[in-house]
Parts: sequence; C-alpha cells; structure tokens
Amino acid sequence: MNKPTNQRAWLLVLPVLVAVAFSAIIPLMTVVNYSVQDILGPEQRVFVGTEWFRKVLRDPELHGALRRQLGFSLAVLALEIPLGVALALVLPKEGRAASVCLVLLGLPLLIPFNVVGTIWQIFARGDIGLFGVVINALGVEYNYTSNALDAWLTVLLMDVWHWTPLVALLCYAGLRAIPEAYYQAARIDGASAWATFRFIQLPRLRGVLTIAVLLRFMDSFMIYTEPFVLTGGGPGNATTFLSQYLTRLAVGQFDLGPAAAFSLVYFLVILLLSYIFYTAMTASTSTTGSKEAR
Amino acid sequence: MKRIAVPLYLLLSFIPIYWLVGMSLKTNEEILGGFTLWPRNPTFANYVTIFTDPDWSDGYINSLTYVGINTVLSVLLALPAAYAFSRYRFLGDSHLFFWLLSNRMSPPAVFLLPFFQLYSSIGLFDTPWAVALAHMLFTVPLAVWILEGFMSGVPREIDETAYIDGYSFPRFFVRIFLPLIRSGVGVTAFFCFMFSWVELLLARTLTAVEAKPIVATMTRTVSAAGMDWGLLAAAGVLTLVPGAVVIYFVRNYIAKGFALGRV
Repeated sequence: MNKPTNQRAWLLVLPVLVAVAFSAIIPLMTVVNYSVQDILGPEQRVFVGTEWFRKVLRDPELHGALRRQLGFSLAVLALEIPLGVALALVLPKEGRAASVCLVLLGLPLLIPFNVVGTIWQIFARGDIGLFGVVINALGVEYNYTSNALDAWLTVLLMDVWHWTPLVALLCYAGLRAIPEAYYQAARIDGASAWATFRFIQLPRLRGVLTIAVLLRFMDSFMIYTEPFVLTGGGPGNATTFLSQYLTRLAVGQFDLGPAAAFSLVYFLVILLLSYIFYTAMTASTSTTGSKEAR
Repeated sequence: MKRIAVPLYLLLSFIPIYWLVGMSLKTNEEILGGFTLWPRNPTFANYVTIFTDPDWSDGYINSLTYVGINTVLSVLLALPAAYAFSRYRFLGDSHLFFWLLSNRMSPPAVFLLPFFQLYSSIGLFDTPWAVALAHMLFTVPLAVWILEGFMSGVPREIDETAYIDGYSFPRFFVRIFLPLIRSGVGVTAFFCFMFSWVELLLARTLTAVEAKPIVATMTRTVSAAGMDWGLLAAAGVLTLVPGAVVIYFVRNYIAKGFALGRV
C-alpha cells in the first residue's frame, strides 16, 4: 500500500462522479423535499417538519415488515454465501468442463426479475407445478399461496436459486487468481484441505467476498419484483418486505409524504448496515495483511 | 462427493429453467389444466405470436439498446476512475468509493417518481438514454470496483517504464494498459449487462411507448389479456438468450480469475 498521493487523480474520477451525481443527488433531494411536506395539490404544499418521520417510525406495520426483511436478508446471506463458496471450491478448474459449468451456473442470473417470479409462480404450485407436486408427493403439506411459512420459504428458495451463482462466480474468479505456488507450499507443509481453505483460500477471497456480501445484502434488502410477482406479499403479510410495504404506502394509499420519509429511513438503514459490513470486512483485511501481497 | 456435487447442483438449478422452457411449449389449457412433466402436444404457437407481433421484437431491441448504451458508458467512465483508485491516493478516496456504492442502496418505489421527473425535465423520458443513465447508478460502482481489481494486478513498473519511454498518458492507457486488462473489461461488461438486463422497475418507469423494454411488454400483456402463461414463458425463454450469449463469451475471462482488492 505505498501508492503515491496525487490529487490530480480526481480528474480521472470526475466523469464517474458527474454521471452518478446527476442521477443520484437530484432524486434524493426531491425525496427529502417530499418527506417534510404535506402535498395537498399540485401548487399546495405545507411544510410539516418531522411529522412524517415520527408517524412512520411509530407504524407497527413497518416494524413487522422490517423484522421480516431483516430475517429474510440474514437468511439469504447465511445460505447463499457458504453455498456459493462451496460451489466455487468444487467447480472444475479448467478445460471444457469448466466452460460448460460456468455458463450453466450463470444462467439464472440473467433471467429478468419478473420472469423469475413468473417461473416460480407456476413451478411451485402444488397442483400443476413440478416443485409443488414433488414436495407434496414426498408427504409434506406444501402450499405457498395459503401457508405463510411455505410462502416465505418459497421466496427464500427462489432467491437462493437465483443469486447463489453470483457468489459462486465471484468466488470462483477469486480462487483462480491464487498463484499455484501457494498451493505447492501448502502441500509441502502437509496442510489439510481445511487448513488450505482457512489459511490460503479464505484470506485471498476477502475482496470478492466483501462485494458478494454487500451486493447480496443490499439487493435482498430491496427485493421487490420477485415476491411481488410470486405472492403479492401474501398470504396475509408473510412475504411483505419493506419494498412492498413502501409501494403500498406510496402508490396504493398515495401518501407521498410518509412514503418519502419511510424511503429515507429505509435508505439510512441499508447505508448503516452496509457500512458496518464494509468496515468489518475491510478492517480484517488489513489485520491479516493479505493486501501486502499486492 | 466432489464429483456429484457440481452436476447435482447444476441439475437442480436447471430444473426451473426447464420448467420455463416446458411451459413455453404448452398451451394455456395444458399449463393450468393439470400437472404434466413435459408438453404432451408441443406447440410453437407462443413463439410464432412473439415473432409476428412487432410489439415484442421492438421490446427486445429497446432493451438491448439501453443495456448496450449502459454497458459501453459504464465501462468507458469506470476505466479512468478505476485507474485513479488503483494507482493513487487522493483526498477522500475511500469515502468516495463508498459513496459511489451507496447509490445502489436507494430503495425503489418512492425514488421512481423523482427519477421520472428528472428525466422528463431534460427531455430524455421514453428514450433508451434515460434507462441507461439511471442504470448507471448501480452498474458504474461495480464496474469501478471490478476494473480496479484487475488493474491492481498489473505491476506499477509497467506504467513507469512507459512514461520513461515517452508515452503520454492516453497513449499508454490505450496501447499498453488496456490490452493487459482485457479480461477485466470483459468481466466488467458482463456484470453491467447482467444487472441492467434483469432490472424492471426503473426501465418500466422511465419509458412509455417508444423505448418500452421487453420486461414491460411482458407485464403489460399480462394485465391486458389476463394471464397468458404460455406466451409469457416463451418471452421469458427469449430473454435468456442474450444473457447466455454474453456469458458464453466471457466464461474464459472468469475462469482466468480475478481478485478484487480495494474495498
């Protein structure tokens, strides 16, 4: 880490900054505007201060959605990260088999969100869908349209199916970047497979794992289209995550003020949690010193 | 164990896709009438409908247009930025990076309205440019991150030698540096393509008629004519094709490996 300091590097970053700021800051300021106003008509707005924020923060339905959301995102991370790493470890390393596996593995990633929901909507049906029929045939009562737990598990399974390949692809690429010499050294030392993983592969995967965890956390925390198509948030509120609830507030009831306040709170929650993940994972990088190898 | 795990996972993960393909070859009556493992009377009627209706083909072209613009712009803008991050320290560099990433975190729903207003006010509404620019919010940070990882793998001595040999920065960057990180550009393009191709909410909000993406064509058809599952499935199968082509081209770049350093 002995990069020279050069403030002119800002010039190289400027294009990205301008492009992103244009699409990011103006909408954010508009939402801030909404969140402190009561919009009565096109030209009639009243400043209401923090009223919407107080209203939103006391909303019991929002607390329910937040709990479900946290549970869902943690389950997503707990399943997809280990599964993705495990897959990356056992995938073929080279040749035609590796090519075929990578292409097949990546396919679910490239399906548009609404198509993902559409597939599972029929696929998981107990009467006419392959998945539902098989589960029922195994003697398990399963009906995602009426049973809350089944619906929740179906959304989770759908997400695992859809996004584990992202974790696996990133980790696979990370593993391929480890020089062969590291493995030779491990073999000479007679390291077990676990020791090789723990002390050679895992530290070198930190970079890709950080982005995998952040991406999966942020995207699962904002999941909207797939459960909307699959369950519409039901049965009851079982799969109403934060985005669904927010949409109901903004579009269904047309409460723009509270919805905007909610959006900002929502944004800050993701920001805070992501920042915790980010600092925790980058801090551990410097303590193990894996960056020195660069 | 190892030998079974990969084929088993790939097989399981392929089943929902098989189901989609199967549905696209069935009639609505067969899909909803009962459980059939494979189409009893395979029909291509759903595909014929899609290929003969310009609404669908326009949707594909529109989607590919904004995804293409997004991918090219994201990579072009991210290249110099990633170089700056990989080679220099500068005021606020790590904060800047997290800020870039934070733009991915704005939850949809309420943010859709200001996006709509913003792009309407500058006359980009219902053009592929609006969607491409909006999607850059989440493709650009990722592009910077991935490219930075590849660039950090190139020893800095190469830059220094080139400058000593009298190369200017642009000439060095295009002639020497870019070929060295070719696979990084490929992998980055793949991820930009992917995240832009599958996104629905922004793409649907920022377009109406002229630039209507395929995903919007699908949802609108559903609401207009009831659920036409077969047709929907056929369109779904076709949305897989461009992605499959792209991943086929970058598979070797991914297999070569990359380590993402700066986080």
